[in-house]
Amino acid sequence: MPVSMIYPEFEIIRKEDRCIHCRLCERQCANEVHRFDKEHGRMLADEAKCVDCHRCVALCPTRALKIVKSDHTFRPNANWGEETIHDIYRQADSGGVLLAAMGTPKPYPVYWDKILVNASQVTNPPIDPLREPMETRTFLGKKPHQVHRGPDGRLKNELSPGLSLDTPILFSAMSYGSISLNAHKALAKAAEKLGICYNTGEGGLHEDLYQYGSNTIVQVASGRFGVHKQYLNTGAAIEIKMGQGAKPGIGGHLPGAKIAGDISKTRMIPQGADSISPAPHHDIYSIEDLRQLVYSLKEATGYQKPILVKVAAVHNIAAIASGIARSGADIIAIDGFRGGTGAAPARIRDNIGIPIELALAAVDQRLREEGIRGDVSIVAGGSIRESSDVVKAIALGADAVYIGTAALLALGCHLCRSCHAGKCNWGIATQQPDLVKRLDPEEGAGRLVNLVTAWTREIKEMMGGMGINSVEALRGNRMMLRGIGLSDRELSILGIKHAGE
Amino acid sequence: MKKEGQIRIPSGCALSGIFSKNGTPVAGDKIVTSIAVMHDRSNGLGGGFAGYGIYPEFQDCFALHIFYETSAARQSCEEFLDQHFEIVNLSKIPTKKVAGVIDEPQIWRYFALPLPHKLAASQLDEKEYVARCVIKVNSEISGSYIFSSGKNMGVFKAVGYPEDVGEFYRLEEYEGYCWTAHGRYPTNTPGWWGGAHPFSLLDYSIVHNGEISSYDANRRWVEMFGYRCTLQTDTEVITYIFDYLLRRQGLTLEEAAHVVAAPFWSTIARQLPEDREAYTYLRNVFSSLLVTGPFSILFGFEGGLMALNDRLKLRSMVAAEKGDLFYVASEECAIRAVEPELDRLWAPRGGEPVIVRLNKKKEGAEKLCQCQ
Repeated sequence: MPVSMIYPEFEIIRKEDRCIHCRLCERQCANEVHRFDKEHGRMLADEAKCVDCHRCVALCPTRALKIVKSDHTFRPNANWGEETIHDIYRQADSGGVLLAAMGTPKPYPVYWDKILVNASQVTNPPIDPLREPMETRTFLGKKPHQVHRGPDGRLKNELSPGLSLDTPILFSAMSYGSISLNAHKALAKAAEKLGICYNTGEGGLHEDLYQYGSNTIVQVASGRFGVHKQYLNTGAAIEIKMGQGAKPGIGGHLPGAKIAGDISKTRMIPQGADSISPAPHHDIYSIEDLRQLVYSLKEATGYQKPILVKVAAVHNIAAIASGIARSGADIIAIDGFRGGTGAAPARIRDNIGIPIELALAAVDQRLREEGIRGDVSIVAGGSIRESSDVVKAIALGADAVYIGTAALLALGCHLCRSCHAGKCNWGIATQQPDLVKRLDPEEGAGRLVNLVTAWTREIKEMMGGMGINSVEALRGNRMMLRGIGLSDRELSILGIKHAGE
Repeated sequence: MKKEGQIRIPSGCALSGIFSKNGTPVAGDKIVTSIAVMHDRSNGLGGGFAGYGIYPEFQDCFALHIFYETSAARQSCEEFLDQHFEIVNLSKIPTKKVAGVIDEPQIWRYFALPLPHKLAASQLDEKEYVARCVIKVNSEISGSYIFSSGKNMGVFKAVGYPEDVGEFYRLEEYEGYCWTAHGRYPTNTPGWWGGAHPFSLLDYSIVHNGEISSYDANRRWVEMFGYRCTLQTDTEVITYIFDYLLRRQGLTLEEAAHVVAAPFWSTIARQLPEDREAYTYLRNVFSSLLVTGPFSILFGFEGGLMALNDRLKLRSMVAAEKGDLFYVASEECAIRAVEPELDRLWAPRGGEPVIVRLNKKKEGAEKLCQCQ
């Protein structure tokens, strides 16, 4: 056996005086970290396999377990960090591209944390959401440039089909295959209950979930997995996925091991075949091609569905968004580079794209400068972590936000970033039946409803503090924001003033 | 210190309006008497008036009232005006020295008509042509500020208490069917007269009391359509919103009021199906023009006046009637000061517009509507 040059990242601390040898940890760990040493009558752990997902810690009946970061160290080196050294060992071992999951863990600036929100004092009153109406209903879609009247003088309703959301939050695209059917069920049920939408991702839609169609955004990605007429017509909206914040420039990946049973049927591909989406849509090599796909999908659905175009936030995002706004799309979804993924090459995830805050601000401003902000709604995603991020995103110019990682956390995800391994102990990013059944869709839906309800309450509190009683008056209201510790350049891109100004 | 326009200055205010439904001229000193009662609602940093029907002799011309900081500014502005308008008459606006009003700029008035060939070449209608010229001067010609640009109406404003401003402009010498007045309580020194109210574009004028919380959402939306919010005041952006909705989108006043002070969704849900559809449509299409936060406004236009509160009624406003005269003010005392005995006095509900119009066609005045 070759020498492993990588010392385990975590240590499993087991308090022997508490451990009752019930072996629950052993049964719960799909990574096979724990085992019982019959000879010595005690539990042992292979820490090299541990991903720090906390399943054993959370379920241990005597709280005998905890996981700590190992203090084992290389000789400290500011240039060659431990992770860099480990990655080199891994690639020297395997010759492969490093895979990673979830959003980048690198310490890039999080602009949400450098933006502060306003509140009313004296010159105008804050509004108390417990005592006054506070509205979060949001419509997504194209607005007509000019209103017209019928012969009777009444206004003609010329709105294009759109989405109506009770609160400006949607669950972002996570495919059936990358996550389990139970996770999808939980998202669908929660979306229905909350009056919002979830997104199928690129893996098609399981037949059991067609009943949630009016709360479903169906995705069409470059692999076109699971796309057929009934699928398109079942959704409330259709999203063309051009790119994803975590991996701009490449398509989705799902290893053949996860393509089993219903997943193969739903995706309409053979069992065990790797599901690798092409980097581009092979019918979209330019903006005019996008327009053709937008209208093909509208034709296929009788012009009854709004079309979203989802793009990764990249350097030239403002111009790209401007092109999309003129393509016939109704909604642009922008995904920032800190966004999550079920599997992506680590180097791409950690280095490609730009933060959502800057991309969103640039896009909103550009569309206004061009006078076409009303032609599209903007949905911002790519690491929206809490309700104040939502408030800041809307004040920067978003109509609504996508949340993915936050939704998975609500379902029990512990951000161990091992989704690509397919052994999610929480039943989310796995297709192993014994693991999937750990996630109860009803309970999961309840937790998602709680999360979004709690955020909505917090959003209302913050809006009320600003003296705003409807979310549309917050949208693009950048005067409600101030930067803290930002350079002039950053402030100018964000279109906000510094605190104290 | 920064001037108004370079920073955003919140203000509290007093406002008052008088409207003669049968068109009988009302002298300007009456509105001055009314607003003067609410002295304590202003702090001497801004006062102003708008009068309608005051220039019958030039009723077909756009009356441009302009502040100039320097003679050089006047020269460049007049050069611009000469290129775009036929100037029928020009003069300094007559004023009187008043102790409370100091540092006045040069204040000029032009009765102007768009040059026909320029207007034709622009492919715009007359009002849009004038509006664009006004916005251009105000955003591009430094030291010049057109603060009134309607036909047969005029705005008079200054830094000072409103009663002093009225005396300064000799308002007792004007007569009109409609007057609105404003006393301002800004939290900063505005630095110049352009920041005083009313704010006006074409025949629309607004006096406003409040500090809207939707300001930047509204501003950034209307600026898509060629407006430039150079003063950063609520009044300015609300004027542009009404101009956009009424003149450019062709909404009725009631519809525009229901965009700006949109009914709550819960209210809309209780309405008859066709109204529900119309209100839902308006809220959806013009969602970025919803104005939140406290406001009471008087919106003057050719032949009419609208009073409107925010949908929670976070600012005081009372209305009253005596015969054919309609009164509206921040406080009842301002109405009683000029009309002690009233036929009717009421507090309009939040978000419900009160609209009055001239009730008979006045000779020479066009497009006057029947009173409802």
